Amino acid sequence: MYQYDVVDKTLVNERVAQFRDQTRRFLAGELSDEEFRHLRLRNGLYIQRQAPMLRVAVPYGMLSSTQLRALGSIARRYDRSYGHFTTRQNIQYNWPRLEQVPDILAELAQVEMHAIQTSGNCIRNTTSDHLAGVTPDELEDPRPWCELIRQWSTFHPEFTYLPRKFKIAVTGAAQDRAASLVHDVGVHIVRGAGGELGFEILAGGGLGRTPIIGQVVREFLPREHLLSYLEAILRVYNLEGRRDNLQKARIKILVRSLGIVEFRRRVEAEWELTRADGPRVDAAEIARLRSFFNPPAYRSLADCEPAAGKSTAFRAWYRYNTVAHKVPGYRAVFISLKKPDVAPGDITDTQMELVADLADRYSFGEVRVTHTQNLLLADVEQDQAFELWQTLEQAGLATPNIGTLTDMICCPGLDFCSLANAGSIDVAKLINDRFDDYDYLYDLGELEIKMSGCMNACGHHHVGHIGILGVDKSGEEWYQITIGGAAGADASLGAVIGPSVPKVDVAETIARLLEVYVEQRRPEERFLDTVRRLGVKPFKERAYAAPIAA
Amino acid sequence: MPRRLLRDGRIVDDDWSYLAEAEGNPAAALMLTLAQWQSDRDSWIARGGRLGVVLQPSHPVELLAPDLSRFELIGTDFSGPSEGRGYSQARMLREHWKFGGELRATGYVRRDQLFFMARCGFNSFELPDTDIEAGQRALSAFSWAYQPSNDAGLPLKLQRS
Repeated sequence: MYQYDVVDKTLVNERVAQFRDQTRRFLAGELSDEEFRHLRLRNGLYIQRQAPMLRVAVPYGMLSSTQLRALGSIARRYDRSYGHFTTRQNIQYNWPRLEQVPDILAELAQVEMHAIQTSGNCIRNTTSDHLAGVTPDELEDPRPWCELIRQWSTFHPEFTYLPRKFKIAVTGAAQDRAASLVHDVGVHIVRGAGGELGFEILAGGGLGRTPIIGQVVREFLPREHLLSYLEAILRVYNLEGRRDNLQKARIKILVRSLGIVEFRRRVEAEWELTRADGPRVDAAEIARLRSFFNPPAYRSLADCEPAAGKSTAFRAWYRYNTVAHKVPGYRAVFISLKKPDVAPGDITDTQMELVADLADRYSFGEVRVTHTQNLLLADVEQDQAFELWQTLEQAGLATPNIGTLTDMICCPGLDFCSLANAGSIDVAKLINDRFDDYDYLYDLGELEIKMSGCMNACGHHHVGHIGILGVDKSGEEWYQITIGGAAGADASLGAVIGPSVPKVDVAETIARLLEVYVEQRRPEERFLDTVRRLGVKPFKERAYAAPIAA
Repeated sequence: MPRRLLRDGRIVDDDWSYLAEAEGNPAAALMLTLAQWQSDRDSWIARGGRLGVVLQPSHPVELLAPDLSRFELIGTDFSGPSEGRGYSQARMLREHWKFGGELRATGYVRRDQLFFMARCGFNSFELPDTDIEAGQRALSAFSWAYQPSNDAGLPLKLQRS
């Protein structure tokens, strides 16, 4: 993975010094709340319901074992011994003390990490495919391009005070595991007419209050122009995006109001003026970045059947929590952070340290964060999977539910977030309690439940096969349910099934939706596909057919 | 007391006046609002002397294109701590329109934004008087830059390595 050189090191250290001074000025009363807000947000620091919340960047989800150990150590010494992995591959601490944040940032800098631009109206952490470099369905590893974008976007002088936040996702595989269609900009590695690699550029996707699927701005962009083209998009947005209404400030609203044709025309006109003098992707630089993502020293192995003759528990885990690897004899292994009695994405300090040790022992010292809030050991030898599983099982990290109903995506909700209308962690718990039969979960197959505690949609509920949105109804927590959403290459937005339901009825309502699916599905048909085939009507009828007994 | 400001990295007394400040001084170097300039363009030209104009964030810089050579100073106003359009205005003036005069950040300008402003092409800054010395130091907050920009407000052009 990428390693800092003297430039990267100097810059993060200078940022720590700058933020230490800003925090000092705030605590001394020299900066108002409002002035400090704009500065702290660009360093990932929110002031939340309970305490400050610090979001640390995990660039495109890649962590070294050293970094993960440092995150565990920070959790223990500055927080309440746990952290929370997010849908954008970052980690959040819920209980740091404001005056200690500069020290946390200084410790992060020592392991080549930072919290730069993890919040605020600027270019956020670039996200990518958690299977980058190991998946068989990839045109090219997107991570060197992600690193290029990370560096270009860090302290970009022109785009640090945008109308609203700006998120870029890059993917190089047939299957879109980075939700790129619901990002402000999606970058797809594609092949041009002559077979050369370049980029398809999408813009205007997003969730939140107004969910929209991104549209193609340019079908094929030669790779040397990636950064100048992104600058043209951002300049049009920076100048013309709405700044008068926070709810209408994202680029998706600009693209929608101009229309994609006019938006494209403006971007292309700006690009014509700037492309000659703008940043050009230097071949030597991209070669340098690529060298950090060379394949590790794989052993020459043959594929084997590690599950043969093993316990049912191991076989279930191997089937659900591991996926194919492009190198024979290897497997990518998910570490589930979706244990039924734990908030989705949460992990303790000692678990982080254990995973770091396992990464060193089994997976070349690297760990990845997935946008489904799990971890991944990308390069595990198949015949070591059983041994690895035994350790994970003991640590509560082997819940065999990846891709199933209980592998829920979930925001922190009312418990931690000052924006939330309703709890999400406790609803996740109710769903876990209701669906605790693994045979049933496996029979239901691939099913994504995504849950947000408010319209900001941090839990991506619009693109869940089943989406759950917390709403405030006269001070009570109610939940609106959608079905038929998807985040991949066939992205779609879910449709509301009907009136929202109280918290106690959420799990039963989902159970009824699933009954319809089980009755009506065709062989091999996923829940999502049944919904797409039948429409919302039969699901709606069943969900509201009879009152739910308390 | 003359206004102090930061220009080309040095703290200087401002030798420019806004219209209201220039009363009774026919030789003053004048900073006009865009509306003042547009409503009386011919008489400002007839008056002679040094002219500047200050844009609001919503003004397209192309509006100035026909008259660009008449201005020795262009200001862009920042309405508050979240305003960001001025950064693009500055780069476009410097890079598209090759404006070589004084480019001044006005309005909400604080030390914490100065480095970015200078990289985008501003070379003068109207800071609160108490922030000026700190602003001067803030111009060297970072030793490198990941992305090319015009860096017109910095003593040297920054780059990756």
